Amino acid sequence: MMTNPAGRITQGQFSFLPDLSDAEISLQIEYGLKKGYAWSVEYTDDPHPRNTYWEMFGMPMFDLKDAAGVMLELHNCRRTFPQHYIRLMAFDATRGVESIAMSLIVNRPDSEPGFGLVRQETRGRSIRYTVHSYATDRAEGERG
Amino acid sequence: MSQAAEKSGQGAIKDVRKRYSAGVLKYRQMGYWDADYVPKDTDTICLFRITPQSGVDPIEAAAAVAGESSTATWTVVWTDRLTACDSYRAKAFRVEPVPGIAGQFFAWVAYDIILFEEGSIANMTASLIGNVFSFKPLKAARLEDIRIPVAYVKTFKGPPTGLIVERERLDKFGRPLLGATTKPKLGLSGRNYGRVVYEGLKGGLDFMKDDENINSQPFMHWRDRFLYVMDAVNKASAATGEVKGSYLNVTAATVEDMYERAEFAKELGSVIVMVDLVVGWSTIQSMSNWARRNDMILHMHRAGHGTYTRQKNHGVSFRVIAKWLRLAGVDHLHAGTAVGKLEGDPMTVQGYYNVCRDSYTRQDLPRGLYFDQDWADLRKVMPVASGGIHAGQMHQLLDLFGDDVVLQFGGGTIGHPAGIQAGAVANRVALESMVKARNEGRDIRNQGPEILRRAARFCSPLQQALDTWGEISFNYAPTDSSDYAATAAALT
Repeated sequence: MMTNPAGRITQGQFSFLPDLSDAEISLQIEYGLKKGYAWSVEYTDDPHPRNTYWEMFGMPMFDLKDAAGVMLELHNCRRTFPQHYIRLMAFDATRGVESIAMSLIVNRPDSEPGFGLVRQETRGRSIRYTVHSYATDRAEGERG
Repeated sequence: MSQAAEKSGQGAIKDVRKRYSAGVLKYRQMGYWDADYVPKDTDTICLFRITPQSGVDPIEAAAAVAGESSTATWTVVWTDRLTACDSYRAKAFRVEPVPGIAGQFFAWVAYDIILFEEGSIANMTASLIGNVFSFKPLKAARLEDIRIPVAYVKTFKGPPTGLIVERERLDKFGRPLLGATTKPKLGLSGRNYGRVVYEGLKGGLDFMKDDENINSQPFMHWRDRFLYVMDAVNKASAATGEVKGSYLNVTAATVEDMYERAEFAKELGSVIVMVDLVVGWSTIQSMSNWARRNDMILHMHRAGHGTYTRQKNHGVSFRVIAKWLRLAGVDHLHAGTAVGKLEGDPMTVQGYYNVCRDSYTRQDLPRGLYFDQDWADLRKVMPVASGGIHAGQMHQLLDLFGDDVVLQFGGGTIGHPAGIQAGAVANRVALESMVKARNEGRDIRNQGPEILRRAARFCSPLQQALDTWGEISFNYAPTDSSDYAATAAALT
């Protein structure tokens, strides 16, 4: 269990708010589509702050202009990975941006184990810090 | 220039024997005024606001500005004739009265690209804001805006990280970033200081910040601060699952000291270091190179700028400083809040933000932007809004500045009645609620207070923040606003 005020991992745009309903998620998707972004569904069971590459649940939906289509993919992903973290990411291909424009967590495991901080004392008073995902204590293939 | 103009003393003297005979000529006779001059794409163009002494003709004053910011000295020198001297003469080419202000004039001056060393803000500023600002025939002068040619822009490397890559490194997208300056700014021991950093970051802020005058005073040695702060940063990162940072101010007496401090920050795993504007242009460019070599975000606190940016009749506009800083290469830049405690007309401040973030800045007179500016794909600077802002203004801040900004609530976090974590929660909930509402198509400018009140129903820290600061505003007339449109200081 996590001890921060939100009591959970607070990556993404809306982690401090009550979980968004599917209708609310659809509105966010529509906002991104109006801006010309391409949505993508990604999932992981290791939400380490520097685990950049979550698994892609299919490719970014470049040609999809309908929020319902994105929601369909999200539902498929939730059915397949009900106890994983799932995020929606919007890609903006505009010259000078060419990066992620939106990112929101839309599925979480029932229990979020969080992270430990490993302090390795080194030279003098310096410490090397490692943020450790409790979720990764077992091999990837045996988690789930 | 016509012969009649030449004879009357109003134009450049073309006869070289007359032009270079010993003595004193008017600047306009020496070739620093040319009403027919068409600026080249490779010219730098400056817009000065000048207040000539009484009796000084505005065109002669403009020519003098061009002269004194390029090659002129007060008398004729024959050694000019050893050079391609016309190239080196800046050319005033347009003068207009400032609308509604008697005695002030706008003067447009063009500078050939040969005048400035490639990649050197120090060199450019030594010309453009050097002798000319002390020149006696002018009561006052202000550099209002500058158009920097693409050819010169491309000699600079710009921000070491840029706001796009910063977001990728931090894994934070689609919302403004949140920060706070650790308070009180003076007197905390390293251990007490780290406590404030930990509480703020664990509560939900993305960044904490050293203040501009926190260096290495008797109450807290810099190494002590860095060690405790990085423990706080890492502990908060583990507690939340987010990348966190605290701007470690490496400003010091010498550049060597600054490198030493920056190296230590890197060793400890900080994602960001900070410098103050008062360190000077060469140091800024050196630290920018260091940041680029070491994967570091470089935060710029504009300490001291108010001494020359604030008064409208004399100095340098902050939009010019912002353009120079983008070229010199900083990743964060304090650019004003409009609604907080520090100087700033809302549209003028938006103009500074455009300079930081645009790929191509368009002329926009109500925002004080006099020129189109092609940034030639130079990375973008993340503006920082800091100083007397609180959660109750979230709708105004998001409406004014959009997503690409760091909103810093120092007092508004640390002064929260239920503690620092509660203050951070209030700000984060206010922010996320407002971004969500805007994306859903709500009119946040008008419905903002209602959106905050509804969010406060599930978030008591936000309710407490609204109860404490909801009515606080800083409505004073700005000293620096556009000459081209009336703007309201207060957005209510």
